[in-house]
Amino acid sequence: MALLEVKDLRVHFETEDGVVQALDGITYSVEAGQVLGIVGESGSGKSVSSLTVMGLTRAKNARISGEVLFDGKNLLTASESEMRALRGDDIAMIFQDPLSSLHPFYRIGDQLVEAVRAHRDMPKAKALDRAVEVLGQVGIPEPRRRVDAYPHEFSGGMRQRVMIAMALINDPKLLIADEPTTALDVTVQAQILELIDRLRQEFDTAIVMITHDLGVVAEVTDDIAVMYAGRIVEYADTESIFAAPEHPYTWGLLKSIPRLDLPRDEPLVPIQGRPPSLILKPPGCSFHPRCPYVRDAHKRIDPQLAPTAEGVNGGRHKVACLLPPQSRRQLWTELVAGATPEDAKERVAVPEEAVDQEAVDPTAVDQEAAR
Amino acid sequence: MGPYIIRRILYMIVVLLFVIAITFLIFFILPTADPAALRAGRSPTPETLKAIREQLGLNHSLPEQFWLYVKGLVLHFDFGNSFINDQDVRGLIFDRLPNTLFLITGAAILWFTFGVLIGTISAVKTGTFLDRATMTTALVAISAPVYWLGLVALYLFASDIGRFPILPGNGAYQDAHGFFAKIPTLILPWIVLASAFAAIYARLTRSNLIEVMSEDYVRTARAKGLTERRVVIRHGLRAAITPVVTILGLDLGILVGGAILTESVFGIPGVGRLAYDAIQRGDLATIQGTTLFLAFAVVFMNLLVDILYAFLDPRVRY
Repeated sequence: MALLEVKDLRVHFETEDGVVQALDGITYSVEAGQVLGIVGESGSGKSVSSLTVMGLTRAKNARISGEVLFDGKNLLTASESEMRALRGDDIAMIFQDPLSSLHPFYRIGDQLVEAVRAHRDMPKAKALDRAVEVLGQVGIPEPRRRVDAYPHEFSGGMRQRVMIAMALINDPKLLIADEPTTALDVTVQAQILELIDRLRQEFDTAIVMITHDLGVVAEVTDDIAVMYAGRIVEYADTESIFAAPEHPYTWGLLKSIPRLDLPRDEPLVPIQGRPPSLILKPPGCSFHPRCPYVRDAHKRIDPQLAPTAEGVNGGRHKVACLLPPQSRRQLWTELVAGATPEDAKERVAVPEEAVDQEAVDPTAVDQEAAR
Repeated sequence: MGPYIIRRILYMIVVLLFVIAITFLIFFILPTADPAALRAGRSPTPETLKAIREQLGLNHSLPEQFWLYVKGLVLHFDFGNSFINDQDVRGLIFDRLPNTLFLITGAAILWFTFGVLIGTISAVKTGTFLDRATMTTALVAISAPVYWLGLVALYLFASDIGRFPILPGNGAYQDAHGFFAKIPTLILPWIVLASAFAAIYARLTRSNLIEVMSEDYVRTARAKGLTERRVVIRHGLRAAITPVVTILGLDLGILVGGAILTESVFGIPGVGRLAYDAIQRGDLATIQGTTLFLAFAVVFMNLLVDILYAFLDPRVRY
């Protein structure tokens, strides 16, 4: 059994402007020692999914349904005090901006000690020893001296290490990292990712890594879920996502990563348009207003996440796209060869009314839930 | 920090010199009664007036008078003598200062405690009936003038004229002797003085706390698995209260210079009452002295608050 299983999770917020459909039925699972990357633009629902796992989206205006099984226990029905006992202990989280995520008025030693003592009945001195130990593990030099420093006295990278230390201090089984490297310099990013990878290996922690940057997660993840408008639109092992992506949105993400191995004058191809409103989602495929390969039928039919036609890796590669599988593979081949979406569209025939039957098969959804 | 404090003290002195100069000028420009004539009594002879002018130093030119005043102030901490009863103004102020301090300290404890408490509850329960009710009450308390509220309080509760004569009223403070005997006589003044401030502090605390509660570090505190009470108090309120403490310092500075309205309504012989009486009698030296004392209190509390801030917020370094 997987350590974390999220099944058909839906989170809607009722606001004055309407119902924000932040999450619209997402399903994924993470095993111990495994790293899952959740990738998507701002507003795709990636942070809401992790905050919901932590029980931090519970609010009067939130409508949450589905299941979040952690160690077999459904966290959505757990009481607030049960959730509090899990938070920071078995499930820990690190956030995007390490400066604003640490309390500016308290010494980092005190903040770490507080994290320990929220869950362990431990004298302060002993908790401080533990803090020093963990700070050393995450690569803070002279941790014994640095526990007395305030957050503003650390550099950005060091602050993120402090955040990681705070998350790890109670040996969590699951670590959720929400854009852990976004606010950092590239060199520091690499160090932090290396650190996260080392922790996974040493402590067998399950990690959910949330990012908008596919390039960042490539090195550390086992699987990647690509999210768009509150749904997972493609799910596969990291290698397949990079080698044989099947969703036009994933293509867009991949083509917008700057790469060192390509000629310098190779233009980056941005994804046109903006993420859709989560209150008024486009009908049919949510991505259709931005998809270069859109057909009329795509504006009506809502695609479901289903195994790709080839069933690579025992059906683990799934995609929610209405384009016929044949056309998808040809389009990607063209794009890899350096074609712009416009060129690719001209060269590859996409039949007007053809849709991927797999992707709209309602039984596919049931199979998904049963898995 | 040392250089910073020295710089601030120099700045304080400049501000105070400005205050002295401005009050000095105002009295010479405004058509107030001739102090010598006030002093001399009915139908004085020109000789008497001249003698009094010399005695009060009014025969000197304006710059000379200013110079003499500043010199006396700096060298002897001398505020001059009251034109009315010839007592020295410094003595008048310091005689009354303990009464003012007694009044404002008690009131400050009241309004800070209740303001922060109500503001916090209101912030945590944002949007509920309780929140709306307390904030509406606060608005009423802010809008009610102190002299009106004071008179209403006396009318309702004063032991002599009140509908429910349960608390000592006007003048009771002066009649009571000793620290503990005076406490009950201050209950009404404390409440009246504190109510508007408590309301302002409640609103301030509420808005600050609501803002702080959406900060990333509060989310971190929750992610640690702390209890909500600890999240609100240790992480939210700790950050939200620093600006409130700043305002407290400034308010105290102003009130040390005299809670004029409260002191007048309840007959408490404080610095504010002294200033009020001096204004009514055209007692130039006393007005000047109390004004200067108020300015000094404000500037000094300002400095104190800035120094205190370095302790409240570790990011602040001077």
